[in-house]
Amino acid sequence: MTLATTGAIGSAFADPVLDAQRTFRVALEALARPGRLVESPSLNEAGWTIGPAAASLCLSLVDHDTPVWLDAAAADAAAALRFHCGCPIVTDAGAAQFAVIGDGTALGPLIRFTVGTDAYPDRSATLIVEVGELREGGPLRLRGPGIETEHRLTVEGLPDGFWRAWRENVDRFPEGVDMFLTCGARLCGLPRTTIVEG
Amino acid sequence: MYVAVKGGERAIENAHRLLAEERRGDPAVPELTLAQIDQQLAHAVDRVMTEGSLYDRELAALAVKQARGDLIEAIFLLRAYRTTLPRFGASEPVDTGEMVVRRRISATFKDIPGGQVLGPTFDYTHRLLDFTLAAEGAPVAAAEEAEQSVAAMPRVTDILGRDGLFEAETAEDDAPVGDVTRDPLEFPADRDLRLQVLARGDEGFLLALGYSTQRGYGNNHPFAGEIRLGEVDVEFVPEELGFPVELGEVTVTECQMVNQFKGSATMPPQFTRGYGLTFGHCERKAMSMALVDRALRARELGEEAAAPAQDEEFVLAHADNVQATGFVEHLKLPHYVDFQAELVMVRAMRDAAEQDNSRKVAAE
Amino acid sequence: MNMTTHPQSNEPAKSTATDTRRAWMAVLAKAPTDALVRAWGAMSGKPAYRHLRRPETGLVMVRGRAGGTGQRFNLGEMTVSRCAVALENGIVGHGYVAGRDHRKAELAAIFDALLQDSDRRAEVEALVTRPLSEAQAARKAERRRKAAATRVEFLTMVRDR
Repeated sequence: MTLATTGAIGSAFADPVLDAQRTFRVALEALARPGRLVESPSLNEAGWTIGPAAASLCLSLVDHDTPVWLDAAAADAAAALRFHCGCPIVTDAGAAQFAVIGDGTALGPLIRFTVGTDAYPDRSATLIVEVGELREGGPLRLRGPGIETEHRLTVEGLPDGFWRAWRENVDRFPEGVDMFLTCGARLCGLPRTTIVEG
Repeated sequence: MYVAVKGGERAIENAHRLLAEERRGDPAVPELTLAQIDQQLAHAVDRVMTEGSLYDRELAALAVKQARGDLIEAIFLLRAYRTTLPRFGASEPVDTGEMVVRRRISATFKDIPGGQVLGPTFDYTHRLLDFTLAAEGAPVAAAEEAEQSVAAMPRVTDILGRDGLFEAETAEDDAPVGDVTRDPLEFPADRDLRLQVLARGDEGFLLALGYSTQRGYGNNHPFAGEIRLGEVDVEFVPEELGFPVELGEVTVTECQMVNQFKGSATMPPQFTRGYGLTFGHCERKAMSMALVDRALRARELGEEAAAPAQDEEFVLAHADNVQATGFVEHLKLPHYVDFQAELVMVRAMRDAAEQDNSRKVAAE
Repeated sequence: MNMTTHPQSNEPAKSTATDTRRAWMAVLAKAPTDALVRAWGAMSGKPAYRHLRRPETGLVMVRGRAGGTGQRFNLGEMTVSRCAVALENGIVGHGYVAGRDHRKAELAAIFDALLQDSDRRAEVEALVTRPLSEAQAARKAERRRKAAATRVEFLTMVRDR
């Protein structure tokens, strides 16, 4: 895989250290307060074929130790991720520690991804899922750690029956996958402890 | 129990200034440069790189200078520095068979392809202090150069492995490679983890353990099948390129120990192997590592494991001198509250014992 | 834990071009920085370039094999600097070099890009990689000859009966 020209590589953070730290802080906030929308730090968007929030998360969280799986909609980001993150791109979803799903509607069964073990629940996959619509308020009721009573959220662009599958993921605790839902530059966290109804 | 101690900032700062002054020593004496340490205290640099687990001669020389020659302190400094850098990935395994060999000897076979090459060794020196070195500026004669350079030098163990009397070392590259700098050590540990811990391990500790196996604690009858020193290329496959790129060369010392093995249910009698590999020229360490590696294979080879060097948890948990020095040396930090608690307890026990005694005396 | 495998590296189809590039990247990685700086200074018509990745220093875990041929294990890390540049014609050059020298990584990347440019390759080879490669070969040969001078023949003395 030789990158003969620059076309295949998106630009990274303007300030690799500080922007990665800012994004990390945002990701932490998102997982600490599930369902709250946060904005990813600005990213020079040139060349990226995945959304800026998804790209920022990858730039801060992914490295050579974390195999990444890409769905068809995110496949074009492979070269950029290899270059900036040094991560292996795997074709077996079960071998991935991060999965970038460029099209939430095509998200298959969650059980394809690794859920960790009882002794090491951290050895599980984190899913970064791009959805069509993501805003505060609306039909979904979120409960669980990090939410005082209930948090309302609107998500469009996930497959039918997704929330039933999510409930199974929650019930598998301490095993399970965690998710970031991204929509352009906005994102929210959905850890395996968050119960979603509605 | 640890309780924060307040105060003493001024004293600590002054202690650091005093340290800096004493490190420099008499200003009339020229200051050491990193290049001098690198070139003229090369074995110190080699040891710091090996046990500091970081190949960078200049940084290791700086650590030696900053630590005033205290090599374990220097190793600590290098380990600390390493944590500030991102890791790009792991190299392809270095091929010691392709080494540009500067030294290569076998104590088991005298006629080996490529021959026995003594190289820059302390062996066969008389261990008499050389007072010409005390006089600075004396020119050093250039080393001799042979007309013919040394041809290819296959590893002795590869040549002799062919007749089946030597255990073959084969590769299964699908298995992930364990890394004690990333994941905590779990027991029993596989050989990849054991070798990593030994490579980082304290030379003195491994030397003593290796020695113990020779003296009968572990029933090890070793021969130095081969020791080689030289430069190997390091190749790395960047994900974005997908092919191996040569990063440069590193100096390594390799030791292959061979040991008689009386056989087991699954293996016929043969020679088994212990392996040592270090950065730089650390021959004693490489040999000790190979002895201890072989001793730690007792379980896998179905041998009785009763000696300290065969006790995996004992060896691996105590080989690291940065961990060891941290725990030993922390004892000198303030423990006033813990000690107060113990003091109260010992006084109470003593009072109780005295009362007990006086009751006994009164009863008699 | 690194689970990476690199099936690409064994593909025979593009081996020739890749091997040629690997060879010059190796020469650049082993070159002393001042030699690269001098070569760059002596170069006429210096190309414009931009950084895709500014020079940065990190670590590569150096691996060995048990017994030289067996199971892989982690020996220890080494410092490595890397840089990626793009020339105006879009050609991308990579520098991956041992050590902490950012300038060296950058120059290695620039020369890697120029050597991929068929219009400039001959010039860069003559100015940079060929002399460096010859010097490196000479140094290696000298090391080997010095080692050869210490070759011994051990004789086994047969004891009288």
